[in-house]
Amino acid sequence: MSVLVFAENSEGRFKKAAFEGVAFASAIAGGSVTAVVMGNMDATQVAELGKFGASKVLHYSDASFNAMDAGVFAQVISDAASKVGAQWVIVSNTYTGKAVAPRVAVRLNAAFAPGIIALPEGNTVKRSVFSNKGFADFSLNQSVKVVSLTPNSYSFAEGSGTATVESCSFSPAGNRVTVKEVKKAAGKVPLTEAEVVVSGGRGLKGPENWHLIENLADTLNAATACSKPVSDVHWRPHSEHVGQTGITIKPNLYIACGISGAIQHLAGVSSSKVIVAINTDKEAPFFKAADYGVVGDVFDVLPRLNEAIKAFKNS
Amino acid sequence: MKILVCVSQVPDTTTKITFTPDNKSLNTAGVQFIINPYDELGITKALELNEQTGGGTVTVITVGGADTEPNIRKALAMGADDAVRIDAEPTDAFFVAQQIANYAASQNFDLIFTGRESIDYNGGQVGGMIAELLNLPHVNVITAITVSGNTGSVERDIDGGREVVEVATPFLVSAQKDLCEPRIPNMRGIMTARTKPLQVIAANGSDKRTEVAQFQAPAPKAGVKFIDPNNMDELVSLLHNEAKVL
Repeated sequence: MSVLVFAENSEGRFKKAAFEGVAFASAIAGGSVTAVVMGNMDATQVAELGKFGASKVLHYSDASFNAMDAGVFAQVISDAASKVGAQWVIVSNTYTGKAVAPRVAVRLNAAFAPGIIALPEGNTVKRSVFSNKGFADFSLNQSVKVVSLTPNSYSFAEGSGTATVESCSFSPAGNRVTVKEVKKAAGKVPLTEAEVVVSGGRGLKGPENWHLIENLADTLNAATACSKPVSDVHWRPHSEHVGQTGITIKPNLYIACGISGAIQHLAGVSSSKVIVAINTDKEAPFFKAADYGVVGDVFDVLPRLNEAIKAFKNS
Repeated sequence: MKILVCVSQVPDTTTKITFTPDNKSLNTAGVQFIINPYDELGITKALELNEQTGGGTVTVITVGGADTEPNIRKALAMGADDAVRIDAEPTDAFFVAQQIANYAASQNFDLIFTGRESIDYNGGQVGGMIAELLNLPHVNVITAITVSGNTGSVERDIDGGREVVEVATPFLVSAQKDLCEPRIPNMRGIMTARTKPLQVIAANGSDKRTEVAQFQAPAPKAGVKFIDPNNMDELVSLLHNEAKVL
């Protein structure tokens, strides 16, 4: 089966989600797949996709593809999909993927499922709905299928394959979006892709206490997050708000510190593989959703947990 | 500007979600439906943009049955000028996008808003699909927008940060939180909304590309294991040996 995967990079480096996507695509294909890469990237790096199951990479290396324009990216990816006669097109469910994938699906007359969380069974794919309060199996009723994969949904390992890289060019049509200014949250692990997330709620009592969250996150190489009330009062930026009206995340480990666990918050984090809740209130709803609970004050527990993890990492 | 805002209605955020016994649909008994929160931001921002320039119109459009009309009236009460309801069940994102694109194709909107996603199906598909069907540029997950002449300056979330982009009208954007505070209808708005035009249009075609085979409730959690707050080494050991996440 012919499967095409869009492997995203950020400033010339592949995202982890790109490797996950290639490995996932290769599992659907039952063998090697073709990957699309856009923008400037070092050729040896591009060929690294071979280690995850790509036999061929179509590299649209024009510098104008460094900046994300959903309409342009969709034209390039569907051009590549037509070239290889793809029956499945795999995209990562990142901000870029969310913008690009629906347009690709329209261009290819395809059925589309965003944010799937497991390998398809036949034409059926699984995704979470109602902000993680339920799941749905969708059947995709077109001959071409486009899916975006929720990051951290598929376990994969690095192999030893190699990919041939073909340099491609494409002149997109239509009006363009031009990037004027980039405001990177420097040095931080992106929340949507993070394997470990440390999150704080009103129990932290104020933004001046966030070093407790940040120190633990540093030790764990984790992203930081917060509850809605915290971003509503601007202790933390909205980009860190996880929950039903914020970001939905699926890390391996979610550590909730001083968050009571309202239904809207749980909706955004309940797909986490393991949840640790730390709260002074034994009756906090989070303890019904957590795997491990610590009834205690975050001001005592967090430094202690940080030291315990440091000791473990050094052992 | 002539602005179109796409609106869907969704279960209230506090809803406990259950499914019908055949697992084919949402159990709507006792569920209160609201305007999708991200769509409310789109309505509000559309109104603000036109208030700044002192002109233009804001049209809201939804694909749904007559049961959506209270929420359409709420959008009109917030300040939208008129509304369009395409009379069909919104069961497939492509179908919805095509209905809206069919309507918008002949109307020459300068700007189209959708929400970043609806909080029921969380797909975030419809905006991108409408843009592609109408061959418009689109900017996803926007947190700020200004339009001067025919140039829009738009701030969007990206993975690991934000960026500012420029794009010429007409274009489509999808609203992310931080764009604005949702407007609450006042009494005058509620009164005038009753008589504002609400046009009902029959659906055009029935091209559906996906369907729900079945819904599932999340598996219940095994139950929390409490750890002594003075023994964080035990927690670390459990996370390493039992949960295998460290």
